Amino acid sequence: MLAYFIVFLPVLAAIYTGLGCRIISVRHAQIVTCLGTIISAILSWVLFYNVVMQGAGATVEILPWIHSDEFMVNWSLKVDQLTAVMLVVVTSVSALVHVYSVGYMAHDEHPQRFMAYLSLFTFFMLMLVTANDFVQLFFGWEGVGLSSYLLIGFWDKKPSANAAAMKAFIVNRIGDFGFAIGIFSVFMIFGSVHFADVFAAAPSKINETINIAGMQFPALDFICVMLFIGAMGKSAQIGLHTWLPDAMEGPTPVSALIHAATMVTAGVFLVARCSPLFEYAPHALMMVTAVGAVTCLFAGTIAITQNDIKRIIAYSTCSQLGYMFFACGVSAYSAGIFHLMTHAFFKALLFLGAGSVIHAMSDEQDIRNMGGIWKKIPITYALFWIGSLALAGIPFFAGYFSKDAILESAYAADTNIGHFAFYMGLAAAFLTALYSWRLIIIAFHGAPRASDETMHHIHESPNIMLVPLYFLALGAVVSGAAGYYILHMVSGDGAFWQDSIKVLEEHNVLEKIHHIPTLVKLSPLIAGISGIGLAYFLYMFRPGLPGKIAAAFRPIYKFFYNKWYFDEFYDWLFVRPAKRIGRFLWKIFDIKIIDGFGPNGAAFITRFSSIRFGVVQTGYVYHYAFVMMVGLIGFITWYIYRSLG
Amino acid sequence: MNAFLEIGLIHYIVLSSLLFTIGTLGIFINRKNVITLLLSIELMLLSVNINFVAFSAYLGNLTGQVFTMFVLTVAAAEAAIGLAILVVYFRNRGTIAVEDIHMMRG
Repeated sequence: MLAYFIVFLPVLAAIYTGLGCRIISVRHAQIVTCLGTIISAILSWVLFYNVVMQGAGATVEILPWIHSDEFMVNWSLKVDQLTAVMLVVVTSVSALVHVYSVGYMAHDEHPQRFMAYLSLFTFFMLMLVTANDFVQLFFGWEGVGLSSYLLIGFWDKKPSANAAAMKAFIVNRIGDFGFAIGIFSVFMIFGSVHFADVFAAAPSKINETINIAGMQFPALDFICVMLFIGAMGKSAQIGLHTWLPDAMEGPTPVSALIHAATMVTAGVFLVARCSPLFEYAPHALMMVTAVGAVTCLFAGTIAITQNDIKRIIAYSTCSQLGYMFFACGVSAYSAGIFHLMTHAFFKALLFLGAGSVIHAMSDEQDIRNMGGIWKKIPITYALFWIGSLALAGIPFFAGYFSKDAILESAYAADTNIGHFAFYMGLAAAFLTALYSWRLIIIAFHGAPRASDETMHHIHESPNIMLVPLYFLALGAVVSGAAGYYILHMVSGDGAFWQDSIKVLEEHNVLEKIHHIPTLVKLSPLIAGISGIGLAYFLYMFRPGLPGKIAAAFRPIYKFFYNKWYFDEFYDWLFVRPAKRIGRFLWKIFDIKIIDGFGPNGAAFITRFSSIRFGVVQTGYVYHYAFVMMVGLIGFITWYIYRSLG
Repeated sequence: MNAFLEIGLIHYIVLSSLLFTIGTLGIFINRKNVITLLLSIELMLLSVNINFVAFSAYLGNLTGQVFTMFVLTVAAAEAAIGLAILVVYFRNRGTIAVEDIHMMRG
């Protein structure tokens, strides 16, 4: 019953404000949407307590949706441990972002519409995490894609925002294509799309194969790879990540809620939710691990060269999502979800902190134009430190527990791919600390580089923006310890997750992490601290050095700075050929052939022949009379001739 | 000679054919005035009437004469409407010369 309110309060608020966005006042819209999500968040915590402490998970059927022969889909709300964690994360961050937006969007022209979109997004995300079958999950999946599109392009007067929104939508469609094929395959193999049916039948389908273009693939591997391609699109993994940095064109609260804390983690959620399938798909798991590991290092290398405050954090998100995926890839799903939860808090904190900085700096986003502002906005500065400490995995902040669990699991998996992921993750941990402190030092310290007028205007954000940050900072500090010590989220026996995550006995890496060398256990911490130290050395004490290093390794620097040339590569490989084909179809096929022979051709023939026939019409009465007479005489002659003959 | 002088059916038919031909030529040859066209049509109708009446008398059947009454009525109405159209036409276009009436030219 609680689940009903949790899921549908935000959508009611969204519909109310969305439809009435031209009628109701700004304050009215803000109150309705904030109340909706805040109540939803409080109820989520109650539900979390019920589910986790009392094991009161349940599935509520709402309505039948599609009933066609064997294909049965219902609207339903499935609440188990995994969902409960996601519910808490989504609604809490969403509620805080709603409140923050009240302050952040104060000077915007359409705050009502913005609030409605935010609530709509929350609803779709909740539908996604409470899905009881693949089709409803897909509904939520597409819904969050839509809301993401609407919110990235919220400032629709900016061409760059529109382009970014379209890019996000299109890149996500590619992933969704894989996801859809995955769902089709699930139905083909299992004859059902219900999680319970599919997961129960998974062990018996290990030897099934799928025939694709004459090639036999193991069915479960194929399904999982396809589902993972969907997850890659949504979670911005390497190859399909290009939309995420561009998505920073949206307002900062959107970046915090959608492109850091919740929507992009949907892919991780999908993999964890489908753990009973992935467990029987070793090749798919290897792919997940490899993609996650490569992404986490790759995004880290880009982040150290970027200058836009939001883009740095966006690449950091990309990198952290890589961690979550390779955790799932080595069967440490619970560690992945644990990192998802802690990451949601500290990354939302960092983004909203960045929003606070941008707000203070009169919409300046380039860290090269900041500097020397930490004394003017001490609270934001302190919150930024907390977020960065959590991100870098410094002990007793949230990220420490989750990131350590992930890296240790990767090492403990004791496979080639696991070790590969471990070293990639370790390097990424170092880079994470490096770019986080690079950001802090360049943006907050040193001599002011902004104009005097901007510097004069710098002010701490109002309380309506700071209070959500306090809550998130609290989460960034305690969520890790709480999850680790109190809830035992990453313990080897999986008692917290019960049946919601399935790990085969031989894959249970969380059991093995107690037996790994101490040096390995300490290595993430060492990497993090050395990253911070290097950042201080490079940017604080020897400010000239980074430029020299960049000059010395110019090709590598340019390679990183230009984001590994992914955009250029895609532009060359897909965009331009697509445009050429489009131009050909437009100019030659459409205009010349279809229009030429179709409507324009018919119109031309009609016009041409009517001109020719029109010449016959002289308009003189006596000509018509003459023709009539000739005709009449002709007829008469004919009849006489007939009657005589 | 006798047969020729005695007025019979042939004479009426010849007369009506002549009148009809004159009317037709009036339509074709006339290039000046629409009123002449109307007169020509009237002439053709009358020639047809003569034909009707002649055959009616010759065959001893009244139908032809009754039909003539109808034709006369219609001819009168047609003349009235035709003239009315002409008047309106002149008011709008400022001319009733046949050469200038060619709005339907393609």
